[in-house]
Amino acid sequence: MADVTSGAGAAFVEFEHVQKSYDGETLVVKDLNLSIAKGEFLTMLGPSGSGKTTCLMMLAGFETATHGEIKLAGKPINNIPPHKRGIGMVFQNYALFPHMTVAENLAFPLEVRDIGKSDRDAKVKRALDMVQMGKFGGRRPAQLSGGQQQRIALARALVFEPELVLMDEPLGALDKQLREHMQFEITRLAHNLGITTVYVTHDQTEALTMSDNVAVFDDGRIQQLAPPAVLYEEPANSFVAQFIGENNTLMGTVKEIKGDIAVVALDDGELIDCKPVNVSKPGERTRVSIRPERVEVNKARLQKGAHTLKAEVLEFIYMGDIFRTRLRVAGNDNFIVKTRNAPDQVRMQPGQQIEIGWLPQDCRALDA
Amino acid sequence: MKLTSILAATTALTMAAGAASAVDLTLVSWGGAYQKSQLKAYAEPYMAMHPDVNIIWDESSAEAVAKLRAMHEAGNLTWDLVDVDAADSFRLCDEGLALEYEPNDLLAPAPDGTSAADDFGAQIVNACYIPQIVYSTTFGYRTDMVGDTPPSNICDVFDLEKYPGKRSLEKRPINNMEWALLCDGVAKDDIYSVLATDEGQQQALAKLGTIKDQVIWWSAGADTPQLLADGEVVMGSTYNGRLFSAIVEQNQPIGMLWDAQVFSFDGWVIPADLPEDRLALVKDFLFFATDTQRLADQAKYISYGPARASSAPLVGKLDGTDIDMAPYMPTDPANAQNVFYYNFEFWADYRDDIDAKFQAWLAG
Amino acid sequence: MSDMTDTGPMRAADGTPLKKSLARALRRQKLRALALIAPLLIFVLVTFVVPIGDMLFRSVENQIVSDTLPNTIQRLAGWNPDSGEIPDEAVFAALAVDFQAAAEEKNHTKLGTRLNYENPGMSSLFRKTGRGADDIGKNFQKTFTGFDKAWGKGEAWAALLGSDKWLAATEGWTKDAGPEPKFSARDEAEFALPLTTGVYRSFARVARADGKKAAADTKPWPVLFNALAEDISSASPEAIAAIGGPSADLLKSAAQGLSSAEPISYKDTFVAIDKGWADLGTWQTIQAYAGDYTPGYFLNAVDLEKGTDGIKKRPDQQRIYLMLFWRTIWMSMLITGCCLLLGYPVAWILANLRASTANVLMILVLLPFWTSLLVRTSAWKVLLQQQGVINDVLVWLGLVDDANRLVLINNQFGTIVAMTHILLPFMILPLYSVMKTIPPAYLRAAKSLGATNWTAFWRVYFPQSVPGIGAGAILCYILAIGYYITPELVGGTQGVFISNRIAFHISSSLNWGLAAALGAILLGAVLLLYYVYDKIVGIDNVKLG
Repeated sequence: MADVTSGAGAAFVEFEHVQKSYDGETLVVKDLNLSIAKGEFLTMLGPSGSGKTTCLMMLAGFETATHGEIKLAGKPINNIPPHKRGIGMVFQNYALFPHMTVAENLAFPLEVRDIGKSDRDAKVKRALDMVQMGKFGGRRPAQLSGGQQQRIALARALVFEPELVLMDEPLGALDKQLREHMQFEITRLAHNLGITTVYVTHDQTEALTMSDNVAVFDDGRIQQLAPPAVLYEEPANSFVAQFIGENNTLMGTVKEIKGDIAVVALDDGELIDCKPVNVSKPGERTRVSIRPERVEVNKARLQKGAHTLKAEVLEFIYMGDIFRTRLRVAGNDNFIVKTRNAPDQVRMQPGQQIEIGWLPQDCRALDA
Repeated sequence: MKLTSILAATTALTMAAGAASAVDLTLVSWGGAYQKSQLKAYAEPYMAMHPDVNIIWDESSAEAVAKLRAMHEAGNLTWDLVDVDAADSFRLCDEGLALEYEPNDLLAPAPDGTSAADDFGAQIVNACYIPQIVYSTTFGYRTDMVGDTPPSNICDVFDLEKYPGKRSLEKRPINNMEWALLCDGVAKDDIYSVLATDEGQQQALAKLGTIKDQVIWWSAGADTPQLLADGEVVMGSTYNGRLFSAIVEQNQPIGMLWDAQVFSFDGWVIPADLPEDRLALVKDFLFFATDTQRLADQAKYISYGPARASSAPLVGKLDGTDIDMAPYMPTDPANAQNVFYYNFEFWADYRDDIDAKFQAWLAG
Repeated sequence: MSDMTDTGPMRAADGTPLKKSLARALRRQKLRALALIAPLLIFVLVTFVVPIGDMLFRSVENQIVSDTLPNTIQRLAGWNPDSGEIPDEAVFAALAVDFQAAAEEKNHTKLGTRLNYENPGMSSLFRKTGRGADDIGKNFQKTFTGFDKAWGKGEAWAALLGSDKWLAATEGWTKDAGPEPKFSARDEAEFALPLTTGVYRSFARVARADGKKAAADTKPWPVLFNALAEDISSASPEAIAAIGGPSADLLKSAAQGLSSAEPISYKDTFVAIDKGWADLGTWQTIQAYAGDYTPGYFLNAVDLEKGTDGIKKRPDQQRIYLMLFWRTIWMSMLITGCCLLLGYPVAWILANLRASTANVLMILVLLPFWTSLLVRTSAWKVLLQQQGVINDVLVWLGLVDDANRLVLINNQFGTIVAMTHILLPFMILPLYSVMKTIPPAYLRAAKSLGATNWTAFWRVYFPQSVPGIGAGAILCYILAIGYYITPELVGGTQGVFISNRIAFHISSSLNWGLAAALGAILLGAVLLLYYVYDKIVGIDNVKLG
């Protein structure tokens, strides 16, 4: 895989041909190359076991790379112990020290850095105020709610003013509403303070809403590194397409490729035009991917050049803001269509035979 | 009430009918070779004669006094006959935990008609005690560690120049205090009157103090033979039967010192307040188990002397071997030239007092 | 909801006040909960609280003296122990009666054993006197039976001294009819023959307690004859003549025949049996321990004794318990410390290993549990003795001279090594279960915050493992304090604990009172340490997992 470099600006964190194996037999991380610019908010997204957390731990210094080099601000850090790396970190379950008060927790990184008491107190106070927890200095972590603990963990990772902050699924334990709120808080803080953030999550919404760049991990490799919009709109391969957002797939074979149009013969014989993404020659098997919201069920609204297919309605689900309809299309029983709950929108009945269509550029021919 | 009487009646019936329904007889002893000698000499023959009696052994003699007292307090007596050393029998008898008996009523006369009381003689040290064997506490030494002149005098134990090296002594004042006074110039007959005084006790402790650094104190009879076998000590006190086993059965390079060995006894006591039926069985067993032949038989299995005068001539060889038992018997005339007689009355009185001083001396 | 506007008490749907129906519902729950824990509660009560209570009671109980010598104790109250003279004839007379009763019930040797703990020699004094007590009064017995054979039978005595009411009630009594009616004295006999009536009262009590034969069928004690002789010589003829009942004539003829007889001296008789009765110390001991409850055992347990002039220290050569208490405490602390030092890293490794590996290691930790205590201790002997494995290896390596082999056993070192080995699992297990609950993220967090390995451990990990240390240390310490088998086997003379003495007094000297007092003090010491621990560390800061 080619060198993946995000955005512009000088690289602050670099992974160079990094490999990691725990048992000497299988590689958990396979030849990872990644560079992160200063001030960037990068999210490592992937299913569990994809290697994202291992990468984070290698960066933090808790795991050593089996091969390759990790550089921080241009300097290799492979042999620097974690406590000398100066990297702030927020853990999955916050890891707030239960035997210390909130203020003591925050003072801890300052104390070990031999910062004087008055200076320390000032910094602790500022950090607490920053996360709107100024009044909670004397409490113990166990006396705080999950969201409050999260803020404290964040404040503790930031109090010693690191240039790089790592976050390992920090919002996993929070309920949905609080999570959304904290997502906003974290991005705001990160941008205001101008710190570089590496954020690990398996929640794609989180990744999309918070990040400057998202690295999608699977099988020990980065499958795609791109800003959220690109990732969603233009998935580079079928894994990314499947993993990010909802996706309909139809299996077929490439008939011919003419510039940016690939003609694909679906398995039921239907021919459709697609945008070729990683198919190169006729005869190749392909997975055709169409986002559910790009499918039009109202014939009248179909744009010019749109391709139409017959479909049978199998199920209609009312979800409030949208309707979700399951169709049988070209032998696929799981073809989902999302339509806005607009005044003129039809509510389809199961068993109904309809015609659907989409634009060729919304239909991407990916690897099988 | 009815059920028990029916049960009792049935038991009596089956016993009368000689049916195989077993009656349990629980004997308490010390385990090991000694218990085995009792098993071979009297328990097995008795069971052969009385197939309905089932003898159960409880190896609790070492804690017999405390356990018997606890049973008595709880009112749940599970033992029928208890083997204890003579000193313990004093406590049991004093505490009313052992039954007082009349020797001539309970025990068989000698074959020549001598009454049991005369045949046992002074071995019956108190009104509750039915002696079985005479043992002695004496010294064993490593034949390969004492040079050409093996110790022959009790005072060699206190002679660190002639016999350097560690000694093992029992971790209690009894015997040690007597030996110490004996070797400090006190006449044999005066020992206990001297030991009754505080000065005498201090004198004995001072004498023991001369070898205190070189003493390993034992509390189990098996310790000294083991220490001798391992070469940890040059000489040590223990029961003569233990030394016999180490010498004859395990072929250890150990010799026995027969000088001022302390004579004592081991025997039965009958727990007080046994129910009538169990007491009858115990009496029947005792009559058999303490007769002249049975006590002589016991000496076939262990080198302890029979407590009856009439048994002595019947002592033979170690069972199944050609080894004459007599030279290993504390009662053998050659060995009994200079014996020391344990004064039970004295120790019953002074045991706690002297023990407190002895333990304080040990710890100091 | 209309209830809310009501000013009266809240009511349940059926109209009963809400509080009442709530209380009823809760009571049912409580009763059910109580029924569930009842077996445990009873078990704990029977196996724990009652024996401990019994033990504590034994450490002060002393009724045996006043139970066995009731008359003597009563008379002795007036005696001044510092007078330099042994008590008077009246006390000896009472002693004769008490001894007769005690010998009859075989209680005198028990009392002898009890008093022997305080004054050596009492045991044989009482045993010997018990044998001789029967002879006191034998002379008068002959005299009286010479007057009339009837005096040798219980019947005559019962008729003489018992009230008509009692005689009627006890007439025809057999042992199957339950306890014999309680003796009541004939009034005029009590007036004229106070000593005899007193002795007979004891006699009747003993006969009744024995329950086999009626007092009237029991052979009279010799001491009765003595008392009667004494009474007759001091009573007026009118008073004697006033005594009625079936034996009146018997008495009158005896009184005439006896008029010239000189009563014997009880004091001389006792001293003749054993010189011990002329010894001031004997009487001082009896008087000092006359009370129903005694601090004597506790005093003894802290190396003090009760003399005639108050409480004083025991002579140097008898002081041992305080030293042993102190040794037990500091050596147990040292052993606990060794367990912690060795156990902490092991527990840490166990808690941080993969489960499968940890389980294998855990078996190794638990292995000592499955080996007999004696086998383990004996193994230490083989290893540590002077001709043992460790010394052999050291000599072979040339580190130790063959002539100066190290003494590793039969001293304090031996006790510490063997006990540490035995108690190690009790430290490791609570530590392990507490450490298991400390997520590794804490250490990582500390390191990411800039702490070195040591700081991270000391400031973050260690404080969280303190509850495990507390639990393990308390467990080890309390177990160590009570151990005696191992110290006995490997401790020599310098490595034994107070528990060894307790065991000795329980099983060998039978001085259960002293054992109980030592045990109570040990219990107190543990509770005190527990309290101190609570004050310093906090008892809620103890976790077994």
